[in-house]
Amino acid sequence: MAMQPDVAAMKLSVDMIACEGRGLCAEVLPELIELDDWGYPMIAEKVPYGLEGHAREAVRLCPRLALRLSR
Amino acid sequence: MTSATHVGVAAEAGLLPRLLPAYGAGPVCLADHLQRYGPPPAPGRADRAELIGEVELAGLAGRGGAGFPTARKLATVAARRNAVVIGNGTEGEPVSAKDKVLMAQSPHLVLDGAAAAAGLVGAPEAIVVAHPAVADLLAAASRERRRARIDKVRLSVVPAADAFVGGEASAVVHWLEHRNPRPTSTPRRLSERGLHGRPTLVQNVETLAHLALITRYGAAWFRGVGTPTEPGSMLVTLAGAVRHPGVYEVGIGLPVGAVLELAGGPSGSLGGLLVGGYFGAWVDPALAANRPLSGEGLAGLGASPGAGLLGALPAEVCGLAEAARIARYLASESAGQCGPCVFGLDAIAGQLERLAWGRGPDLRALRRWIGQVGHGRGACKHPDGAVAMVASALRTFGGEIELHATGWCSGVPGRTSALSPPARRR
Repeated sequence: MAMQPDVAAMKLSVDMIACEGRGLCAEVLPELIELDDWGYPMIAEKVPYGLEGHAREAVRLCPRLALRLSR
Repeated sequence: MTSATHVGVAAEAGLLPRLLPAYGAGPVCLADHLQRYGPPPAPGRADRAELIGEVELAGLAGRGGAGFPTARKLATVAARRNAVVIGNGTEGEPVSAKDKVLMAQSPHLVLDGAAAAAGLVGAPEAIVVAHPAVADLLAAASRERRRARIDKVRLSVVPAADAFVGGEASAVVHWLEHRNPRPTSTPRRLSERGLHGRPTLVQNVETLAHLALITRYGAAWFRGVGTPTEPGSMLVTLAGAVRHPGVYEVGIGLPVGAVLELAGGPSGSLGGLLVGGYFGAWVDPALAANRPLSGEGLAGLGASPGAGLLGALPAEVCGLAEAARIARYLASESAGQCGPCVFGLDAIAGQLERLAWGRGPDLRALRRWIGQVGHGRGACKHPDGAVAMVASALRTFGGEIELHATGWCSGVPGRTSALSPPARRR
């Protein structure tokens, strides 16, 4: 993958109040999401090019609609 | 600044205290207040930008703990219409007293500041959310002003929720809107959409008091005490093992040892110093004594002045046990909304308790959890502050950890201190 300027990178974040630690996101996107000892996601905020599709999928699959992808 | 027509006693730049009564106890009545400081500023549309520039020159930073530049918050909200100002006098932290003392002794200075902030951002209204212990007193002062018709903006006082996390800015807004003192999700920016959807400026009450004086006397006056990078004075709660615990006003940058001397110095040998508050850091008193009480001065110790607490732990109280009690308290004061805070703080407090009372702690798990909990993951910074305090305890009480591993403890069993949290309410 070619190097791309950082400015356009998407940001992934979680609304921790909405999150219930179901863990689907970490299964879909293990490259960016790890679970802590209680099953709640720890997220690498910046989404590199090439993973945007997976990130969108994780957002779509979250049963709590707690994930957010933004510029 | 030239707009200050009245130069009261307080206008001499190097003189302290600036915020608290110079002698006697408050509450200072309106007449005495005006006598001391001169008429309150009432910034209007015309001088708004100039005065916000003055606040920026003054270098005033928030005194609620986070230390955010006040001018930047003012400018953000001033750029929007239909704003509202909230003075945050919640002070939910049990050991901290500086905001309560300020509101009780100099209520009109806080209200001046709330009115000034409203003028600066073009808000018709300012609400001061005050700790229940001083809310009546502050409300009486606000009535006194209404009778004297000295404010252009509407001032009101609302008693705060009696909860630790209730002081977080979004929690204060949530409390005013729904009587629910719990933080809300992070994407909501209060300066854009705060109280009832209005652009909202939330400022700590001490910050407002400084603002009231900057708008009167100007930036150069404000910078007459403090350090070039952290100008002004600050209120400090001196708690624990000092001869005269209480609230004192100091120029930022006074060495920690000299600050403790204001309270008569330590009342015995000290085992640790809690700097900043329950969200602060434990440091070695000997290392801290010569450091300036400022962000820069304490950074090397992993501490910061925070909300202005200096808590002296007597040597006969085990630092690990005290840290464990505070960690347990902070875990119990979680608003219960975010998983890592609910489960993480409970687990961390549990391991710290094992460490303190020698029941086979798992230090590796404790360190892993310190790495996992906090770090901006929650809706508010409650877990971040709690974890930072625990991490500092592990750093500062390293010798005690080794001692406990051999079955010993340097403290007197069961002994608590004035820094210990109150018994659980729920």
